[in-house]
Amino acid sequence: MTNSWTDIKNTDLVIIMGGNAAEAHPCGFKWVTEAKANRGAKLIVVDPRFTRSASVADVYAPIRQGTDIAFLLGVMNYLIGNDKVQWDYVKSFTNAPYIVKDGFTYKDGLFTGYDEAKRDYNRSSWEYELGDDGYVKSDINHPRSVWNLLKQHVAIYTPELVERICGTPKDKFLKVAQMISETSTPTKTMTSMYALGWTQHSKGSQNIRAMAMLQLVLGNIGVRGGGMNALRGHSNIQGLTDLGLMSNLIPGYLTLPTEKEATLDVYMSTRGFKPLRPDQMSYWQNYKKFMVSFLKSMYGTAATPENQFAYDYLPKLDVPAYDILRVFELMHEGKMNGYFCQGFNPLLSFPNRKKVTSALSKLKFLVVMDPLQTETSRFWENHGDYNDVDSSKIQTEVIQLPSTCFAEDEGSLTNSGRWLQWHWAGGTPPGEAKNDTWIMGQIYTRLKALYQKEGGTVPEPILNLDWSYKNPAEPSPEELAKEMNGSATEDITDPNDPTKVVLAKGKQVVSFAALRDDGKTACGCWIYSGCFNEAGNNMARRNTNDPDSTGAYPTWAWSWPVNRRILYNRASADINGKPWDDSRKLLWWDGAKWTGYDVPDIVPTAKPDVVGPFIMNPEGTGRLFTRGMMRDGPFPAHYEPFESPVTNVIAPKVRGNPVARVFKGDMEQFGDVKDFPYAATSYRLTEHFHFWTKHQHNNAVLQPEFFVEIGEQLAKEKGIALGGWVRVWSKRGSVKAKAVVTKRIAPLQCDGKTIHIVGIPLHWGFIGETLKGFGPNSLTPFVGDANIETPEYKAFLVDIEPISGPTA
Amino acid sequence: MNMELSRRQFMKGAGVGLAGTTLGALGFGDIEAAYASSIRPWKLANLTEIRNTCTYCAVACGIIMYSKGDLKKGEKAEIVYIEGDPDHPTNRGTLCPKGAALLDMVNAKTRTLYPQIRKPGSDKFERVSWDQALDRVARLMKDDRDKNFVAKNADGVTVNRWLTTGFLAASATTNETAWCTYKVVRGAGMLAFDNQARV
Repeated sequence: MTNSWTDIKNTDLVIIMGGNAAEAHPCGFKWVTEAKANRGAKLIVVDPRFTRSASVADVYAPIRQGTDIAFLLGVMNYLIGNDKVQWDYVKSFTNAPYIVKDGFTYKDGLFTGYDEAKRDYNRSSWEYELGDDGYVKSDINHPRSVWNLLKQHVAIYTPELVERICGTPKDKFLKVAQMISETSTPTKTMTSMYALGWTQHSKGSQNIRAMAMLQLVLGNIGVRGGGMNALRGHSNIQGLTDLGLMSNLIPGYLTLPTEKEATLDVYMSTRGFKPLRPDQMSYWQNYKKFMVSFLKSMYGTAATPENQFAYDYLPKLDVPAYDILRVFELMHEGKMNGYFCQGFNPLLSFPNRKKVTSALSKLKFLVVMDPLQTETSRFWENHGDYNDVDSSKIQTEVIQLPSTCFAEDEGSLTNSGRWLQWHWAGGTPPGEAKNDTWIMGQIYTRLKALYQKEGGTVPEPILNLDWSYKNPAEPSPEELAKEMNGSATEDITDPNDPTKVVLAKGKQVVSFAALRDDGKTACGCWIYSGCFNEAGNNMARRNTNDPDSTGAYPTWAWSWPVNRRILYNRASADINGKPWDDSRKLLWWDGAKWTGYDVPDIVPTAKPDVVGPFIMNPEGTGRLFTRGMMRDGPFPAHYEPFESPVTNVIAPKVRGNPVARVFKGDMEQFGDVKDFPYAATSYRLTEHFHFWTKHQHNNAVLQPEFFVEIGEQLAKEKGIALGGWVRVWSKRGSVKAKAVVTKRIAPLQCDGKTIHIVGIPLHWGFIGETLKGFGPNSLTPFVGDANIETPEYKAFLVDIEPISGPTA
Repeated sequence: MNMELSRRQFMKGAGVGLAGTTLGALGFGDIEAAYASSIRPWKLANLTEIRNTCTYCAVACGIIMYSKGDLKKGEKAEIVYIEGDPDHPTNRGTLCPKGAALLDMVNAKTRTLYPQIRKPGSDKFERVSWDQALDRVARLMKDDRDKNFVAKNADGVTVNRWLTTGFLAASATTNETAWCTYKVVRGAGMLAFDNQARV
């Protein structure tokens, strides 16, 4: 989230699209209710299903899954056509005026530079035109300004085309567009709440970009009650992503080097981020300080200026990323030997379950650390229809390690609003369950001991890993948190007076502003710097004071970066530093510095008419055109899901996202509408959380049994009764379920065709207190988003038929 | 817990104060002590309060757990009740149908209690000791790493990567666990590293 849950109360308009907060995030949704009750805010819900969020919405608009971009670009077209633009914001704070290179085009659904064989673009023309001074040329009236290109790009998305693609009736679409457009005034704002309903598509990143662009055009980023607010699924998914537990990341959104970057200097040469406009801040110019401090926290005294701070020890990538789809593809090809699942159940959560089972069966060993018995840890066990395997043929050794659950564990979690909140352990772990930090400490110290004793292949990165914890077999949460915050590794002296020590060796740095690129500081995760400094554990703060009830709660826990509660908050004031909306002011320029309710997202003395609010971008502005930074286009464009009930009306020859990676053999496993006529989607229920609550008695009682949800018309056509048994199948698998026939999933009319939708909730497996069942991953395709490889779970094709139920 | 007055202390104080004022005002001073002692102490007052966060979604509702026995004092502690934390700015004491049943997670029948190993081709898990399990893990890791570690690529560039073993990290563990895990996984040279951000 750019903002926070408690900030939602400040909004005038909530749009829930790509999520279902009332059911999946009920206690967060209360802030929507708060805004409606106290501010008279309105709620729009756009969803294929009439969800519980929709049931309390002021306007509900149905949409076919996988067509969000057409809808959102339709809204953009409406805003531009009706001059509902926050012009002062757009001209000063976005890249709308910048001129794009000659040669950039978009035609027949494709941008310049497409290579069909590689399924990739040459993105060199997706770039600004630079002047002789090295800065971007700027003139909003130029025919190739970002603004004029955007206007041209969205012009085709008329309300009629939106209806044709999305199935959203024109009057509903226009009502939504009109409500959104009202927030273009500086004194009205809208918040966007979204979740996996937007990410789990082969163009998920562009779904989110499309809304972010609307929010920029409306001036709704950086303000109270505005922003792009990812609801986020798991309790610490934000934290694990911040900490870089992904194939290609280093903590704090630094990136792991590729094998083309043989030295630290070469690595740094493309990360200088020189400002693209005069006097801009371009905060990533500090990149090296964060990188060197990270290397110091990894390798301690073994990281020296002479050895590039042990840069060689870091693994180097040969492909963009070893994301889960690539890893399971490699596993399926028999190229992986070992795999660890720490609190993760891929057998139920990765697409094309048949392929997942086959992949796991080819491993030599699988280690599972979990508080619960997971299906993955028992993937080799026969459970009849629900896990039809022959144990004797599976040669994988499985080691199951019991870990503690939340109640027995201490430490911090990062919520969707970037708050790091500390919690304490209260219960004795059952049986022999152990904390994850203990388990990781044990694995590391034992592996290290083997290398010390036996030697082996390149033991140095393991032997020299900094592990100077009081008890190496069990690092404590405090020690680890302090390490993430960062400290001085040597006395740091005043540059003007070398006799004066400003930070003594071993002291915690106050924030990332104190980090250095000479090895005198170590810091595990720069954006978390400040969480546990000399003032103590700021994440454990519990002061509920909220000055003037802005919803910021500045002394409750700690939020990254530097306790800032709203990102880009400088944009809450105009070019002169005057708040757009006095009743909702956040920061203002007092003539000498920035002041207000939040920690300024800019140097406090940076003059308002000089330094732009988007300091992480070398332009200083928000991007409506992303240059070559996304693989599938500098603007979003409508593409159908890989399995779609209709042809792409804009580009009939293009299947799915034209640059999404498809492995050999998977393209043949995509189904066509002639064999699989119904558009399926997956979702969560209020009573369940993924595959955990099926182990909980109360939740199992509330929702005991797997079902699929279909509309009344489809039920009638197929002779399916409410509560009757059905079989649902795709080209990759088949499930049996009870049918829940509702008015909530009504058929849509798209391009003259009636489209029926089949809803498949995701909470069942073969272990726990519920009845045994299946999940959507038995059916879904093995393809992900073109930029970050999130699997396409929300839009795929199935067929359905009534069957006789299992005999009791 | 850096609160000035815990709710438990407040409840204890309030009980005595109530007896003191109402009965005292009516002139029944003598029976005050007898009456106060006859009131069964509020059940939760005998328990230890611990602040925690709901383990499910990222709204991160504050919760209060009540345990018999105090873990901090080295006692065996059994969580007997969990409720929403009324001081928490986001949830203000409320919980959803998942959070309200959190105690069932702690006490789930399907909690894993012991390290177990399933041998190749077997149809069952066998209980082992932690030492056996962890030594086995370290052995399997080292053998695979030693055999398949790529120190340099075809161009002679140092790449120090280990591609044949991968790690899926959890997304309900703490940041501290995550950082500890990061160090071990990257330290060993693994690239097949991911979390639940996508699913």
